[in-house]
Amino acid sequence: MNFASTERAESFRAEVRGFLAEHVTDEVRRRVEETGTHHDWGLHRAMADRHWIAASWPEEYGGLGWGPWEMNVLEEELFLAGAPRDGMSLTMTATNAIHHAGSDEQRRSVIPRVLSGEILLCLGWSEPDAGSDSASAKTRAARDGGSWVINGQKMFTTMAHEATYVFLLTRTNTEVPKHRGLTMFLVPTDTPGFELQPVHTLGGERTNITFYSDVRVPDSARVGEVDHGWDVMRVALSYEHGTSWGAHLERLVQRGAAWARATGRIEEPSVAERLARAATDAEVAMLLGQYSAWVGESGRISDVEASMAKLFSSEALVRHSGELVDVIGPEALLKDGQPGSVADGDFEHAYRQSVVRTIYAGSSEMQRNIISQRGLGLPRG
Amino acid sequence: MELTLTSDQEALVDAFAGFLAKESPPQAVRAAEPLGFDARLWSKAVEMGVATMALPDGGAALLDLALLAELVGRHLAPIPFVEAAVAGRVLGEQRQLATIALRPAVDGVARLVPAAAVATAVIALDGNELVVVEGRPLPLAANMASAPLADCDLHAGERTVLATGAEAVARHARALDEWRALAASVLYGIAASALDIAVAYAKQREQFGKPIGAFQSIAHRLADDATAVQGLQLLSRKAAWALDDDPTEGGRLAAMAYLWGGEVANKVAGDSLHYHGGYGFMLEYDIQLHFRRAKLWSVAMGDPRAAYTRLGYQLFSGAA
Repeated sequence: MNFASTERAESFRAEVRGFLAEHVTDEVRRRVEETGTHHDWGLHRAMADRHWIAASWPEEYGGLGWGPWEMNVLEEELFLAGAPRDGMSLTMTATNAIHHAGSDEQRRSVIPRVLSGEILLCLGWSEPDAGSDSASAKTRAARDGGSWVINGQKMFTTMAHEATYVFLLTRTNTEVPKHRGLTMFLVPTDTPGFELQPVHTLGGERTNITFYSDVRVPDSARVGEVDHGWDVMRVALSYEHGTSWGAHLERLVQRGAAWARATGRIEEPSVAERLARAATDAEVAMLLGQYSAWVGESGRISDVEASMAKLFSSEALVRHSGELVDVIGPEALLKDGQPGSVADGDFEHAYRQSVVRTIYAGSSEMQRNIISQRGLGLPRG
Repeated sequence: MELTLTSDQEALVDAFAGFLAKESPPQAVRAAEPLGFDARLWSKAVEMGVATMALPDGGAALLDLALLAELVGRHLAPIPFVEAAVAGRVLGEQRQLATIALRPAVDGVARLVPAAAVATAVIALDGNELVVVEGRPLPLAANMASAPLADCDLHAGERTVLATGAEAVARHARALDEWRALAASVLYGIAASALDIAVAYAKQREQFGKPIGAFQSIAHRLADDATAVQGLQLLSRKAAWALDDDPTEGGRLAAMAYLWGGEVANKVAGDSLHYHGGYGFMLEYDIQLHFRRAKLWSVAMGDPRAAYTRLGYQLFSGAA
């Protein structure tokens, strides 16, 4: 047993850090902040050129064959650099599912364009009445000859305004239990009848409501078997649930410590105590993320471990964002660019943004269900 | 990063776990109260070599000792394993049962020294001297946790100065780092076994027609507790590993592991007791044993909140 990183991972870390220092410029960060679109085509394509957006995939499929451990290093460095990563992570959640469950034609026509950085995909899962209970989706897909006609509405279709396809969860059968009447589609966003409306969020991030009015797609747009969409969703969810926010918290701790030193307020006991607690939770959060990666690296499915990492890190991020605003005082509320603002407004931004981390990609309640039922073997309520 | 135990570590853990399961069941833990020491168990453990393996030339890494300390916590074993290991590493020998004072002496007296009611040698930092005082075990200071705490007058026995000045302070500080890492492992063991008890009880105890573990108000708190326990296992093991293998990180991680371990163990033991309802408050149920010991270990060095503050200064003031 040892906790040392590998030489390969650390040389990779240095490479990623240098790359991000070059590509995640202040201008990129400012544009992300202004538009609320957490994606930058220049950064995305430069990463694609290095085969980093699907680095975990085998080389024969356009990846680099990296294990979960190297992927965790990449994630940590993206967070530490404050890089926009939503476009990439949403796209890869869908692409992983297509790689597992898509047709040969879908793999041939979609995946190369994803890996080259040419296109993005987005996720059409949530609905006005289906959040954590995504299997209760009502968006209807009806067969009409050789094609399907889709009608309905999806919430939080983040990145739909930049994406070429929506990875869409639909209801194809109302006569069976809810999980057994779902079908997945890959719907081009230029299909007639598809519309979107921007939604602005507390964190400044832009998302969308997407509308589907008699959207007609060929049967070749279907991903997986008819009425077996939930099997495809489970693959996608296993990728989505794996996010750990430990490195994001570590970035806040480092910025908080820099502020405390520069202002001399590190001398105050309440400041020192708060920073030490945040640093401790960041250490635990990163270890849980590394543990989950290590379980994956060992060839096992990391579900309970991934849930623990996501649950702890997102809850810790919320807790400490608030605590750090408290120790700094009202100056922490000032917007970037205001005279007297602290750390480019990072703390007020983190405070607004962090609350969603415990909601999306499997809310804390869903993660606790997974941990208590699959991890501890407790009965379902 | 490789989190699988080596075959040597696995053999060590299996042997000690089997030994404690047989020799330190809850009845033995209770029988050893209020002193909190089972002399027979300790001499058997010494025979097994768990005391001598802690010595600098004993062949064990600190991580190996941490794995044993986890088991001491899990079984609430009434033996001064951590104290003797840390003291032995300071003295470089194990010819007698030694322990170490965690707080500097005041007016020549080290107060409430762990295991001093059963040890025959006490190491302490007395002003700028690191001393060892030999003599008979000291009178027990009866306490909530049934731990062999005692006050030690550092001029009352046979006193030997081990080091002075900066060297004394550095050797004491290193010993405390090791104690923190191993105490974090004990706290992990206490928390992990309190969690096991809680989960087993939540599956078996029925109210309102179903097992109480089916209620999310309980299941979700247990999920939080299980997550914290997993995080503590990783952090405490990493701290012990780092003290040997990554010296720049060792002290920081040991402090974090100890402080966080105290919070986790107290919370999980408290939650577990709470899920038992009134039964958890009865002495007959074992969870009260965990509840009392979690507090003992977490408060042994003084106010944890003040320790977090000191850690903040160390990490971030830029002075260090």
